[in-house]
Amino acid sequence: MFDRRSLLIGGGAAAVAAAFAPRMAFAKAATDRRFVFIIQRGAADGLSMVAPVGDPAFSGVRGVLGEDLAGARKLDAMFALHPALVQTGALYGKGQALFAHAIASPYRDRSHFDGQNVLETGGVRAYQQKDGWLNRLLGVVPTEERSAIAVAATVPMALRGSREVASYAPSALPDASEDLLRRVTMLYEGDKQLHALWDEALQTRTLTGDLAGDNGRNAAATGALAAKLLLPANGARIAMIETGGWDTHSAQKGRLQAQLKGLDAMIAALQAGLGPVWDRTMVLVATEFGRTVAVNGTNGTDHGTASAAMLLGGAVKGGRVIADWPGLAPAALYEGRDLKPTMGLDAFIGGAVAGHFALDPAPTMAALFPASAKARATEGLVRA
Amino acid sequence: MSEVSIALNRFGLGARPDEALPTDPRAWLTAQLARYQPRPAVLAGLAGTPVIAAEIMDYQEQRRAVRQERRAAGAQQPDAAMTAGSAMQPVQRPPRDPDQMAARRQLRRTHYEAAIDARMASALVTPAPFAERMVHFWANHFAVSADKIVVTPLVGAFEFEAIRPHVTGKFRDMLGAMARHPAMLLYLDQAQSVGPGSRFAQGAALRGNKRGLNENFARELMELHTLGVRTGYSQADVTELARGLTGWSVAGIGRRAGGQGDPGAFRFAPAVHEPGARSLLGQSYAEGGEAQGQAMLDALARHPATATHVATKLARHFAGDDPPPAMVTRIAAAFRSSDGDLPTVYRAIIASPEAWAAGTSKFRTPWEWAVAAMRATGQREVASGSAVGLLNQLGQPVWKPGQPIGYDDIAATWAGPDAVMRRVEAAERIAARAPETDARALAAKLYPAALSDATATAIARAESPGQGLALLLVAPETMRR
Repeated sequence: MFDRRSLLIGGGAAAVAAAFAPRMAFAKAATDRRFVFIIQRGAADGLSMVAPVGDPAFSGVRGVLGEDLAGARKLDAMFALHPALVQTGALYGKGQALFAHAIASPYRDRSHFDGQNVLETGGVRAYQQKDGWLNRLLGVVPTEERSAIAVAATVPMALRGSREVASYAPSALPDASEDLLRRVTMLYEGDKQLHALWDEALQTRTLTGDLAGDNGRNAAATGALAAKLLLPANGARIAMIETGGWDTHSAQKGRLQAQLKGLDAMIAALQAGLGPVWDRTMVLVATEFGRTVAVNGTNGTDHGTASAAMLLGGAVKGGRVIADWPGLAPAALYEGRDLKPTMGLDAFIGGAVAGHFALDPAPTMAALFPASAKARATEGLVRA
Repeated sequence: MSEVSIALNRFGLGARPDEALPTDPRAWLTAQLARYQPRPAVLAGLAGTPVIAAEIMDYQEQRRAVRQERRAAGAQQPDAAMTAGSAMQPVQRPPRDPDQMAARRQLRRTHYEAAIDARMASALVTPAPFAERMVHFWANHFAVSADKIVVTPLVGAFEFEAIRPHVTGKFRDMLGAMARHPAMLLYLDQAQSVGPGSRFAQGAALRGNKRGLNENFARELMELHTLGVRTGYSQADVTELARGLTGWSVAGIGRRAGGQGDPGAFRFAPAVHEPGARSLLGQSYAEGGEAQGQAMLDALARHPATATHVATKLARHFAGDDPPPAMVTRIAAAFRSSDGDLPTVYRAIIASPEAWAAGTSKFRTPWEWAVAAMRATGQREVASGSAVGLLNQLGQPVWKPGQPIGYDDIAATWAGPDAVMRRVEAAERIAARAPETDARALAAKLYPAALSDATATAIARAESPGQGLALLLVAPETMRR
C-alpha cells in the first residue's frame, strides 16, 4: 500500500512508478500520442460555430443569429468562425485546426439521448452497440497508449466497455485518511465491482497529486486538469471531456456566445497545459446532431440534423474547412428544415484516429464503427 | 439478502436505528401508501410558487431597469443571467451590479438551498420511506433542471406542488400538474412558444417581430414523460402537440407571452394559442383553447406506450438495471387496467417476485446513498446548505440533471472510480459528525440477516468507533440497495 503523503513530498514520478510497478509501466517510446474527445451534449449549432456566411441563403434564414457573424473571422470564401472562438481561430491560422461541416452520425431522428447514444457507441441505431467507440479504440491502439480517463465523476458512454478506464473530477472534500483507504481496500477485496473501481480510484489519485485544489468549475480549469492527467509519461493517453448546455432552444445568441467562449478557453488550457506534447495531440470536438436552419419563434433553434465537427492539435493537417456543402436554399434542406448531412461523422472520426495513431484505416473503422462497415475512413486529416 | 433488508433498502430509503424493524415486509410497504404525507411538517414552512415568482418578477424588473440605465449611459453589458441555461460557465463575466448580485444570491439561497435541505429532512424523518422514494422517482421522471437560472428558485416548489400531492394519486393528475407548473413551462420553453397563426404573432409580425413555435416541451412530453422515445410518433405529431399547447403559459415571469395575472400562476393565453383543429397520432382535436391541449394529454396518458414506458422505468428502479420483461408487462397491465392509478401500480411492483430477488440489487445513486448514510447515523435534520454541498461533491447535484431526461437509473452511470472515492471521503466526514455509535450493532440492524462476513469483520477490526461507522457506510451493503 502506498503512502500518498510521502509520495507528494517526494513528488517524483519515480515514486509513483515504484508504488504501482505491477500495474503502471512507463511508456516505451517518446513518440506517444494523445487523443481528447470533447463531446458537446445538447446538439451544438454548427451553423453558428462555423458559419457559411458565403451561402447566399445564410443571412436570410438565420436572421438575428446571422448578425453575430458579421465581423467574424473568415476561414475561407464560404465559412467564418464564431467570434467567441478566439484561440481556436489562432490555431486555425497556424494550420492546427480543421473544421468539417454538414457532418452527422448515422442517426436521423431528433432525440438528444438517442443521438448521443449513437455518437458515443458508434452504432447506426441507438442502443444497438453496448459499448463505446472510445473504449473499443483502446483495443486497437498500440499497447503503451491504452490508458484512458474520463474527466468527469462518472464514465460517459463513449468510454464504457470491456477495457478498464479511469475517471477523475476534482474533489473539494477533505482527503480520507490513509488508514481508512487501506481498510476500504481490504473491505472490497471480495467484491468484484467495487474492488475494480477502488483500484482505479487509488491509481488515479496518485497521478493527480494536488489537483484537489482545482475546483474544475469552469471550462479552463477542466482543460488544464485534462492536460495534467494526459501530460505525464505514465498518465492517460486518451481522455474524454463532457460539456453540456448546447441545447439552445431560446435566446441562442448570448447562450452560445458563453458556451463557445468556455469551449475556446478549455481548448486553450489544454494546449497550454500540454506544452510540447500538443504537437502529438489531437482534440476532437463533436455533437450528437445540429440544429434547425431557421430561427424559431424564441430566437433559438430546435433539434436538427447535420452540424460541424472540429479537429485541433499540432498533428492535425488544419487551416481548412472540409465540406461537401449542400446549401441552405429551402430545396437543399433535410426534411425541409435542417442542414443536410453530406459527410459521415463516423468516417471522419475513424480517419482522424487512424491517421493519428498510425493505424490501418479499414480495420480501425471496423473496430470503431462495426455497424457502418461500408463507410471508408476520411483520409488526409493528419500531417504526414 | 433477507426480505426485511430488501424492504428497508431497495424499497425504502435505508433503515433508521431508532425505528422498529418491519415484521411483514410487504404489508409494511403497502401500509405506507395510506400513511404518506404530501406536505409533511418539514416542508410546511417553505415559500410556494406565488411568493417565489413575485420575487423573481421583482428581480427581473430591477434588472431591466438597471439595463435601461446602462443603455442610457452608453455602457452596454450583455447579461443573459435569468434566461441562459448552461453547464459550461463562461470564464469571464462582465462586472455586475452588487445589488443585483445580492438579490440573485438571495433567490438562490432562500429557495433552492432551503428546498434541498427540506427535501433531505423529509427523506430522513418520513414515516413512509417507500412512498418518499416514489416522490424522488417521479420528480426525476418529470425532471426540471435548476441549471436554467430562472428555474433555480422554483425547482423545490415544482416537486412539492406538482409531484408530491399526486404520488399516491393518478398519473394523469401528476402529468397535468407538472404541465401547468411554471418551473416546467419555463424550463422547456413552453411559456415562450407562440402559435404562428395566433393573434399575438400576427400583431408582432405587423411590428416587424417574428414570434413563433417552440417545440421543446411537446417533444419531451412524448419522448420522456409519456409515450417514450421511438414509439411511433412523428415530427408532425411533435409539431401538432406544440401547436395544441400554445397559450399554456406563466403569468408575470419569463417572457411576455404569459401576460397578466398573479406572478407564477398558470395562465392560458388565448391570444398566443394557435387557432384550429389539431391532429395527434391519427386523432383529431377540435379547437377549444386550453381544453384542446388537455384532451391531447388525456390521450397521451392513456396510450399503451405510456404504460409500458412508465412500467419499464419502475421495473428498472426496483428489479435491476435490466428490467425483467414479465415484471414490465405486469406493471403496465396494472397501469392500464386502473387508468394510471399509482397505488395500484405500486402494489403490482410489491407483488412482483423479481423485485425481491437477491441477485438484482441496484447501485445506489449519490442521492440514495447520501440519504441512506444519514438515516443510518440517525440524523433527523441537516445543517443549512450542507445537503447541497454534499450532493454536489458526490456528483449528483439535487434537481440539476442538466437535461430533461433526468438522472440515469443504472449502475454504469454512478459506479465510477472517482465516485466511490468521494463516498469514502464523505463517509469519513459523516461518521465523524455522528454521535458515538457501535457500528457492529448498527450493521446488524441496517441489514437484518443480510450482513456479509467481510463487512462484519472490517467493522470489528476498525481502529475506532468512527472508522467502523465509516466502513459500514461504504460497505457493499450500503453502496447498493
